[in-house]
Amino acid sequence: MARQTLDQKLAILSDAAKYDASCASSGSTRRHSRDGKGLGSNEGSGICHAYTPDGRCISLLKILMTNFCIYDCSYCINRVSSNVPRARFSVDEAVRLTIEFYRRNYIEGLFLSSGVIRSPDATMSDMVQIARKLRHEENFRGYIHLKTIPDASPDLIAEAGRLADRLSINVELPTDSALAQYAPEKKPEHIRRAMANVRMARDANKERTFTGKRPPRFAPAGQSTQMIIGADGSNDATVLRQSTRLYASYRLKRVYYSAFSPIPDSSAKLPLIRPPLEREHRLYQADWLLRFYDFGLDEITSVTRDGNLDLDIDPKLAWALAHRGVFPLDVNRASRELLLRVPGFGIKTVDRILATRRHRTLRFEDLLRMGAAMKKARAFVTAGGWTPGSLTDSADLRARFAPPPEQLALF
Amino acid sequence: MHRVSLPRIGTAKAWRDAARGFLAAGVPPEHILWGDHAAAPDLFGGDSPPPGGGTVTVPRSFVAMAETAVWHSDPERFARLYAFLWRLKDAPHLMADRGDAELAKLRQMEKNVRRCQHKMKAFVRFREIGAPDAARRSFAAWFEPSHHTVEPTADFFVRRFSDMDWRILTPDISAIFEQGELSFHQGYARPDLPEDAGEALWITYFQNIFNPARLKVQAMQSEMPKKYWKNMPEAALIPQMIAQAPGRADAMAAAAPTLPPARMAPAQAQLASCASAWDGPAEDLPRAIRACTRCALHCHATQAVPGEGPADADLMVVGEQPGDLEDLSGRPFVGPAGQMFDSLAAEAGLDRDAAFVTNAVKHFKFVARGKRRIHQRPNTSEIHHCRWWLDAEIAQVRPRLILAMGATAAQSLTGNGTAILSRRGRIETGPNDLPVLITLHPSYLLRTPDAAERARATAQFRQDLTTAAGIIAQEAG
Repeated sequence: MARQTLDQKLAILSDAAKYDASCASSGSTRRHSRDGKGLGSNEGSGICHAYTPDGRCISLLKILMTNFCIYDCSYCINRVSSNVPRARFSVDEAVRLTIEFYRRNYIEGLFLSSGVIRSPDATMSDMVQIARKLRHEENFRGYIHLKTIPDASPDLIAEAGRLADRLSINVELPTDSALAQYAPEKKPEHIRRAMANVRMARDANKERTFTGKRPPRFAPAGQSTQMIIGADGSNDATVLRQSTRLYASYRLKRVYYSAFSPIPDSSAKLPLIRPPLEREHRLYQADWLLRFYDFGLDEITSVTRDGNLDLDIDPKLAWALAHRGVFPLDVNRASRELLLRVPGFGIKTVDRILATRRHRTLRFEDLLRMGAAMKKARAFVTAGGWTPGSLTDSADLRARFAPPPEQLALF
Repeated sequence: MHRVSLPRIGTAKAWRDAARGFLAAGVPPEHILWGDHAAAPDLFGGDSPPPGGGTVTVPRSFVAMAETAVWHSDPERFARLYAFLWRLKDAPHLMADRGDAELAKLRQMEKNVRRCQHKMKAFVRFREIGAPDAARRSFAAWFEPSHHTVEPTADFFVRRFSDMDWRILTPDISAIFEQGELSFHQGYARPDLPEDAGEALWITYFQNIFNPARLKVQAMQSEMPKKYWKNMPEAALIPQMIAQAPGRADAMAAAAPTLPPARMAPAQAQLASCASAWDGPAEDLPRAIRACTRCALHCHATQAVPGEGPADADLMVVGEQPGDLEDLSGRPFVGPAGQMFDSLAAEAGLDRDAAFVTNAVKHFKFVARGKRRIHQRPNTSEIHHCRWWLDAEIAQVRPRLILAMGATAAQSLTGNGTAILSRRGRIETGPNDLPVLITLHPSYLLRTPDAAERARATAQFRQDLTTAAGIIAQEAG
């Protein structure tokens, strides 16, 4: 076989990485290279340097170290039984690409994942070597996200955590049984044990030593995971229950939901039906409600028909429509907790309402200026000069928000 | 009437100084005409510098807002800021009133500037203009911001790219960073920057990280508006990528599932060899062993033969592999060599039923010749694969002593299967630091043609069994 050029390898190995949903580069320690001795900075909030037509941003150079893999996970394009072209970056190539892209301001850092070659330990150790070279030889201070291999030895994970900003381990599927069916070589208990280890290492590195010195930070941007939606039959309630458990057990920063997308050369085990991308979006919205709006899991799932979120309207609106007795709320008197339940009010809007109403009474126009989505919220609030009247209880309220029914073709 | 025109570089500080002076002197907003460098000279008055500064107290949040909003491209920004500052003088709480129309407008301007700053951080694309192997590499970029964002954003690039020289040229102001010094200059016309090899790689990346099965063009454009596209090398490909996406996605869906490649089997065998120890429940182990497909031996043998004996045996006896009879019956040590072992063990005072007997390799390896199956010695990789099961059995039984019979057992347990004749009778270290007594395999006694040699080997074997019995008795006592 002819030797592949760097360009060919990059094409194969970035193509193989496009199914990873995570590209976040925020929330790590702040650092910079103003001293002129290194390259890169980390500002706390990430920057999306480009967007592709699939609507997703590019903030990191997201590549696989190699797409050779000895596992046979049926949802994965890189599984051993797939016929995709294979390639492998050397350590130097991965380092050079990262540095050259970074210098031209194309990226925020590196997101390195890999197929498993030879053994989980051998693979992980090569990935760690790339991160080590970036940090210690190139003095790279940008963001590094390593996707760890769950079976790799704890020593390697520990070193990875000291070098990288974020570690992630994919749970892949919402239930253990689905994992057993579609990813026979992956063990749910190994994945959970690996996540537990990362959490314990992070906790341990937060405590100061006797002398008051802080130990080196361990994966300061936390750990995350990814779940594939729509490959197995799990409903949204199952998915959300699993992610609530993950957030609680391992203090995950994010759970990414990735709608199963048809892959070239797909396995006969999986249907080639594309789940609606909207489902992914609704799951993120529900996830947000759980983490930042104090919603309970059963509050979200109790208003669904079959455990699946409504694809036409967002989960907060679905909850509000099912609990119209709570509304309309008076924006000048309601508590923060209740205001957060109003569809169309975000956390920032609610904070602005609370700050302003200390001085004066709020009117409808004020809410518009504060950035509230009043098209949605108007049915659920009263303010100076505004009452929704019978709108709150009107029978067609849902129809006002849901997309219009589609006319079916006659032929 | 006062007229102030603020400079193009250092606008924020100039406005702040002027506003402080006017406010301290009590000049109301309607008496000031603010203009930037581009404003036409006014009919009604020449420039009049503001009265000398004084101390003025304003909420900190206003200062932070003004520092950003002042970079907006709207010529009215200075007047708006001053007018609001004038109102704030008597009502400092106004800063917390998000419903106030004036404040809302200023916050909107602030937000626009921040967004523009953010886009500048994201969408500036450097091209290398110096030699790639120079001690200090040199880059340049052309950018067209919507607001006057170069000055407030330049420090971001200093923090990020301080080990190289760079210049960001814009029609408004240009930032030049050389040898660690940042300076601002007037705007430039669009320069011709040299080709850059990194750009071709970047375009390759951009094309391939995109998933054609999920097109969301609006989501892309709301974050990366078209006005930025002309200075981003990757953007030229976007129309083509969008046009081809549905076809590519359909092709993926239409393609029939393919057969796995030929290298799948060796790759999976590799996986089996690196898996960690078996960790299921004890009673499932024999069944799991019987279902083993870790190496190719299972395709030819009748069945795998798990070990047998008390689950808490003190002695574990490890042979080589099942033979013909064992393969048929599914039980270890029932063939001629097993019978030989049984009788010699009885003579040596070793209770065979109290020992756990098993094999280093669980499947029978043979070549068929005529009507007979000729035993074949397992190779290193097969021993290695099967070590997984042996380890699982050792972990369950937890014996005090392991008796390794023959080279295959010795290799599996100690990693070394050579020079068995000279090693026999010795105790070596096995898995989990367990003592392993090395001895001959009973089939060696059966096959040795020379009678004298056979008698000597049998005596040695019996002696080793006695040693084992002694150790067990001693440990038990």
